Amino acid sequence: MRAFQILIDGFAISALYALGATGFTLIFGVSGVLNLSHGAIMVAAAVAAWAAASILNVGTYAGALIGVAVALITAFATYFAVVKPIQDSRRIPNEEKEIFVLTGTLLWGIMIQELIAYFFTNNAKTVLPIVEGVVDILGVRTPKNEIFTAIVCCLVIALLWLLVNRTRTGKAVLAASMNPRGVTLLGLELTNIFIVVWAIYGVLAGIAGVLLGMFLGVSSYSVGPLTASAFSIVVLGGLGSVSGSLIAAFVVGYLETITAYLVSPAYRTIPALLLLVVVMYIRPQGLLGRR
Amino acid sequence: MSGFFTSRLFFVSLALVVIAATLPLYVSGYVLGLLTVAFYFGVFAMAWDLLFGFAGEVNFGPTFLIGVGAYTAGILNNQFGWSVYLCILLGALASVIAGLVLALPALRVRGPYFGLTTLVAVLMLQNFIVVFADLTGGEIGLTIPDVITINAGANYWIALGFMTISAAILYGLSQSPIGLVLQASGQDPVQAGALGFNIVKHKLAAFIVSAFFSGLSGALLVFYFGTASVGTVVDVAVGVNVIVSAVLGGRRTVLGAALGAIFLIVAGEFLRPTGELATFIVSAVALLVVLFFPGGFLGAALSREARS
Repeated sequence: MRAFQILIDGFAISALYALGATGFTLIFGVSGVLNLSHGAIMVAAAVAAWAAASILNVGTYAGALIGVAVALITAFATYFAVVKPIQDSRRIPNEEKEIFVLTGTLLWGIMIQELIAYFFTNNAKTVLPIVEGVVDILGVRTPKNEIFTAIVCCLVIALLWLLVNRTRTGKAVLAASMNPRGVTLLGLELTNIFIVVWAIYGVLAGIAGVLLGMFLGVSSYSVGPLTASAFSIVVLGGLGSVSGSLIAAFVVGYLETITAYLVSPAYRTIPALLLLVVVMYIRPQGLLGRR
Repeated sequence: MSGFFTSRLFFVSLALVVIAATLPLYVSGYVLGLLTVAFYFGVFAMAWDLLFGFAGEVNFGPTFLIGVGAYTAGILNNQFGWSVYLCILLGALASVIAGLVLALPALRVRGPYFGLTTLVAVLMLQNFIVVFADLTGGEIGLTIPDVITINAGANYWIALGFMTISAAILYGLSQSPIGLVLQASGQDPVQAGALGFNIVKHKLAAFIVSAFFSGLSGALLVFYFGTASVGTVVDVAVGVNVIVSAVLGGRRTVLGAALGAIFLIVAGEFLRPTGELATFIVSAVALLVVLFFPGGFLGAALSREARS
């Protein structure tokens, strides 16, 4: 009974983590950028969906679409206003660009967070779920919304897989993540690939944000923890490895759920952090990472 | 190094310290209190800059070192009632041990991986403080019975003196041969090693020094506040402020980091009337500096001087 409950709850949370981390790792793989405004973009999507549905009364479906659109716009703004200027800057030495991108996106994330807090307060917001009600699975009362979340996450990840492996654009993205210079030698414009990747990222982060808003609710305080959890999942799986982050998302998601159910919700994040430290010592490149 | 004592930077710093030392004679206690905190923050930022600017280690968890020092000092005072100075010293020592723990992964992994390890260290510390709430005061904070002094002027002078001495030591170290070796090993560890320098030894030294000053400053800060809480000395947001200070003031300058910290704290206070937008404005200014003056305040000033 409890085992089933852990299995079901853990799956929904893990799928959500996976979706959030996939875009994050894709950007790192292709352009070497660790986007620390990740949490802020997810929260922006959720709050936009909440505001559209609850204040403007556009309905849950339109609200969710608006949320994803806001995430897409914010992702592009992050790329064009923060990441690209740093990458193109001649005054920043190449070996320090990494820390500048980290600092820049971090500050950008704080700016988004503060704007959200200013206009929509710090209160937690729960986006109206698209499907309501409860069903009984193997004796576990499960909200339909939780099942919906898991299904959407899996569908989106499957679509992403198709996009990356079966379309021309996707293959270019894949190639860029393996060898950026090789791609430019083949006559593909790297900047265009970056734009595609940031678009994919924006949509993924948006969907993950809106679903998170429906499932657990968000507030501007969730920005930091969301970025941190995406960051640790991605490092655990191996930076730049999409399949690695999928596995890591499920490891972390289930570890947290098991701890919350069997030990105490207060200790929820500790085992995952310990695991991360252990992996860091034994296998610094992560589960499936390349060095 | 000998050139420093005749350089313009030396005279400007000396003049600033002298002017700052006279402040308690004519400004209010409120301003002094603000600057006291800013000076301790300046030491955090300088210690961070030694690790990042020179050893090339991206430490996302400056608050791990600060927090260990601050909480060790606070808990010893709270539990055993030992004298303030002994507690501060032991806090700094605990922080050095924390620095060694942090240095172990740094010698194995680099770049973002090390950055994450340090971030995880902060999250772990935060979790343990909450879990062992009986000892640490948990989320409410730890009450510290003793204070160094309640005189605002004296507190201010202690902070100023502490920052000046720390700045002198850290700056001197960064300009010494050790600093140069550190810089070399940060930029190209393989080549620096091939030249016969013991990188491991130098990096460990950098971690120890950085941890010592972070911990000392953290311990002094909690004895000034009379309380230690996650929000003031451990939270990731505090660490972010330390990093932003150092980048804002000019990385690899040590002294610039202190300037950046003072600017950040004073600017935050000036913007208080704007309410919740204060953090937004400070972050936006910091982002603009990062984008357009990547050398920071001191970096921009120094390069202008070098050009003329």
